[in-house]
Amino acid sequence: MGIISRGFQGRHRDRADRLPPGQYLTHDFPVLSAGPTPRVPTDRWEFTIDAEDGQTLRWSWAELTALPSETPTVDLHCVTKWSKLDTSWRGVSLDVLFEDVESAAEHALIHCYGGYTTNLPVEDLLDGKAWIVYEYEGEDLAPAHGGPARLLVPHLYLWKSAKWVRGIRLLDEDEPGFWETAGYHNYGDPWREQRYEGD
Amino acid sequence: MRRLTWRAARLLETRDETPTARTLVFELPGWPGHLPGQHVDVRLTAEDGYSTQRSYSIASPSAGERIELTVERVPDGEVSPYLTEVLEPGDEVEMRGPVGGWFVWRAGASAPVVLVAGGSGIVPLMSMIRARRADGGGPPFRLIYSTRDPGRRFYAEELDRADPGLDVSYVYTREAPGGSARPAGRITADDLAAGGWPADRRPDCYVCGPTGFVEHAAELLIGLGHDPGRVKTERFGPTGG
Repeated sequence: MGIISRGFQGRHRDRADRLPPGQYLTHDFPVLSAGPTPRVPTDRWEFTIDAEDGQTLRWSWAELTALPSETPTVDLHCVTKWSKLDTSWRGVSLDVLFEDVESAAEHALIHCYGGYTTNLPVEDLLDGKAWIVYEYEGEDLAPAHGGPARLLVPHLYLWKSAKWVRGIRLLDEDEPGFWETAGYHNYGDPWREQRYEGD
Repeated sequence: MRRLTWRAARLLETRDETPTARTLVFELPGWPGHLPGQHVDVRLTAEDGYSTQRSYSIASPSAGERIELTVERVPDGEVSPYLTEVLEPGDEVEMRGPVGGWFVWRAGASAPVVLVAGGSGIVPLMSMIRARRADGGGPPFRLIYSTRDPGRRFYAEELDRADPGLDVSYVYTREAPGGSARPAGRITADDLAAGGWPADRRPDCYVCGPTGFVEHAAELLIGLGHDPGRVKTERFGPTGG
């Protein structure tokens, strides 16, 4: 336990079982981005998966949204300490998108409209753990929250759930992304409080 | 590997910036220094072991083992009312950092700088202004500072003093001073054009404030021709505290 803060009692202990260490509950939906919000018209949008052997799979907006979708309800944990419970989304499971991908790569680098990148192990994208989502709470995903589509990987801190997602590069060697090269943790498990490098 | 460890920070003194915001000056033994624009995590622990954390931007330039935070009290907040109303000189809180390697200004950078602050978004920008001054100058800075009314300005006296190479203009959203040429209202492209640098000077732009303000101001900057890659943003959610 740390230093006791004289006279501090704290308040937000509701739902403590669902809050990772150091997180507090919020009911609104804060926005964190490193730069301006890109505006990506869906008629020019595409999503790609580049395998390590040079093979590229490509989906247009119409193709992506025609795929079978799921409606995950998940908790979000942002490294800036807020958590939001029971958020509902619609999107395509990465398992569907990876069906025709021939790859043995263990590392993925997500890249986005606007230039953002983030890395994670391929296994964290599969087996029902990740989606490309395009609706939030029954509405089209707003640009400030990553629309038209973002990655959703709710078991990791939210910076891994890249907004304005454009594609995934599969790599034999791990390649740190934007925040991962700026002092944040390479993996980012909220339950192990992996906020920063060395945590 | 660099590792951020929790350290005990002792409050040395406080200064009220506005009726709802207070600057807290801490002594932080072992602090490794920071870049202007970075923030620090603060952890409070209750007697029963419950603890909670928040991030706060650092207002001071790197200067030994002293750091200054300016905390705006969030109504119904869990942490900010404690920091601004309960914490007294001599008390300790835990901190670790510095955090954030993107929204930073590095002394020695040569590009002119446009700073756009909304409300308490001035805090990390003030660290940049102070670092430039402490460095004996640098590229020219232009600050456009939007607050509700003149009484909500942080660091008002300091910003009113002459600082060669720093130009400051104000945007008041609710109440402008009498005789002011600009009526109260939300920041506009004209405010950013008049108070900032033209895009062809290729300035580095830093925008910090509440989410709605940052979204709006960043879009206006891009509309004025600024390269999105040179517009760095930091947003304070409507939550927090």
